[in-house]
Amino acid sequence: MRHPGGIPIALAEWEGLMESYALLIAATLNAGTVLAIAALGLLINEKVGVVNLGAEGMMLCAAIAGFAAVVHTGSDMMGFLAGMGAGALLGAIFGVMVIYLGTNQYATGLALSLFGVGFSAFVGITYVQEKLPPRPQFEIPFLADIPLVGSAFFKQHPLVYGVIAFVFALIWFLYKTRTGLVLRSVGESPESAHALGYSVRRIRFLAVMVGGALCGLSGAYISVVYTPLWVEGMVAGKGWIALALTTFATWRPARILLGAYLFGGVTMLQFHLQGLGVQVPSQLLSALPYLATIVVLALISRNPAWIRVNMPASLGKPFHPSS
Amino acid sequence: MLKLERRPEASELWRYGSPLLALLITVALGIGLFVLLGKDPVRGLQMFFWEPLKSAYALGELMVKATPLLIIALGLAVCFRSNVWNIGAEGQFVIGAVAAGGVALLADKETGRWILVAVVLAGVAGGMFWAAITAWLKDKFHANEILVSLMLVYVADMVLGYLVYGPWKDPAGYNFPQTKSFEAVTQIPRLMSGSRVSVGLILALVGVAAVWIFLFRTRSGFAQQVGGLAPSAARYAGFFFAQSFVVGAADIGWGCRPGRCFGSGGAHWATDTLHPFWLWFCGHHRGLRGALASGWHCVFSCPHEHVLHWR
Repeated sequence: MRHPGGIPIALAEWEGLMESYALLIAATLNAGTVLAIAALGLLINEKVGVVNLGAEGMMLCAAIAGFAAVVHTGSDMMGFLAGMGAGALLGAIFGVMVIYLGTNQYATGLALSLFGVGFSAFVGITYVQEKLPPRPQFEIPFLADIPLVGSAFFKQHPLVYGVIAFVFALIWFLYKTRTGLVLRSVGESPESAHALGYSVRRIRFLAVMVGGALCGLSGAYISVVYTPLWVEGMVAGKGWIALALTTFATWRPARILLGAYLFGGVTMLQFHLQGLGVQVPSQLLSALPYLATIVVLALISRNPAWIRVNMPASLGKPFHPSS
Repeated sequence: MLKLERRPEASELWRYGSPLLALLITVALGIGLFVLLGKDPVRGLQMFFWEPLKSAYALGELMVKATPLLIIALGLAVCFRSNVWNIGAEGQFVIGAVAAGGVALLADKETGRWILVAVVLAGVAGGMFWAAITAWLKDKFHANEILVSLMLVYVADMVLGYLVYGPWKDPAGYNFPQTKSFEAVTQIPRLMSGSRVSVGLILALVGVAAVWIFLFRTRSGFAQQVGGLAPSAARYAGFFFAQSFVVGAADIGWGCRPGRCFGSGGAHWATDTLHPFWLWFCGHHRGLRGALASGWHCVFSCPHEHVLHWR
């Protein structure tokens, strides 16, 4: 094949193309982490039988909390802690209503979502024009210098690697420890757990708080690392995608991570395609993650028996200790 | 901690009392918020509750805002009675408006009054279509309708954005994301001069009665409710479940019609006027007797509407 400029130019073009794919992978890992952290928090909720539809609201409140914390203190760590705190607080409120007062989980979650959207917008009014201190660039010392693989995998924020480690830790915790077994049993059959003497409501409440904290961490990650700014509604549906993610990963942590990367990839694909000069309207490309969520959700839910087998049996049902 | 005891049957008092109580709590929290912000709470309450009722014009404006909410709530009431959690009403509203607007854009100065009917029907069809996607996915694939309809809200926004920035952008609009102004003939007639209230209000009120009759006096309405309360019993009785969604959606598609009222001066597709976010909650009162009650609550929630547009 004759190429103008000869082999050196062709090689350079190929390298450029490969580099753009490496950047796509890097961006996918980044975007996937956002969804993964939130979805793992929701997983912990759903494993004990509580479905928290307020993920979007919690993430938004945590995003503004984290952003405000970094603006005022300059420390990213404070931002993450503030986000986790906001998430845990909202999770606790949700938990009190749903677990102790017995309100409908779906309605309460939706209400929490709406509240979070509005409250974060209100609190965030004064922060819209604020800028964060310059974001540090992270890389792993030697691995990052490997030509393509380095920029694809080893120049990420520590939380990206943290969430991968967390998945392994969560798998170990849920399936290899006694506490994890108790947690899962509360989700499968709260009556049995109650009969064995475990405080079902307290376990559920703690799980909901932890789940909320993780959703909060994800929200803070969005406003501090992913897109370091504050805009009203900046989470743009990622909370809902994370909820869908827990369902079609059939409540398994490793599958959640893979699914998160899949969706992160679809989200980042729109920029990659635009960079390649593909002539598709940008709005339709932006709709891709949502459409992908719908398609995967439909495919996974096709067999209701399979969903029932994998779903924590008491998901969505309130528990009232009769004694 | 509190000990919860199950009531033998639902309390009549709280069936009507709980929305009122919610309103009172909202007012109390609002007062607290105003005080915290250093604003006069009495003046704030006046803005919400007294100003809209002060004059005929203000009442008219209130009705302009209430009409689409009412119609959408009627549709959602049918949905929620069938235990179908259609959270994506906002997306259906947007697509209904898009469809109606698309037909309206086809009109020119010579078009007759009949185009109005076409606009309305297009709106209904648009809303039905968007809800039918969720209904079909739920029927065929058992996909969770909460998540699917929610995702479709975001997709609907993208569709609207694409149309308004792209094919439908007004060439004389100085590059603003808005369509051409609609011809006067495509706009819903006003009910009376001096106010923006449209005939849509009459249709909405008629709709309230119609939905009540449908739900409580017809066999298929009964089928809907049984499907919601006890799906296995419904299947045993041979009631078809999937229709419920589409029926509800038709009503929501109606909701786009008063959307034309918003466009009465011109088609400003500024997205904040096209989708008040809390539409999601409009039809959520399954415990209330009849669509009438749910519509009543929707009118009541109009003061909340002013919060969004007060900024």
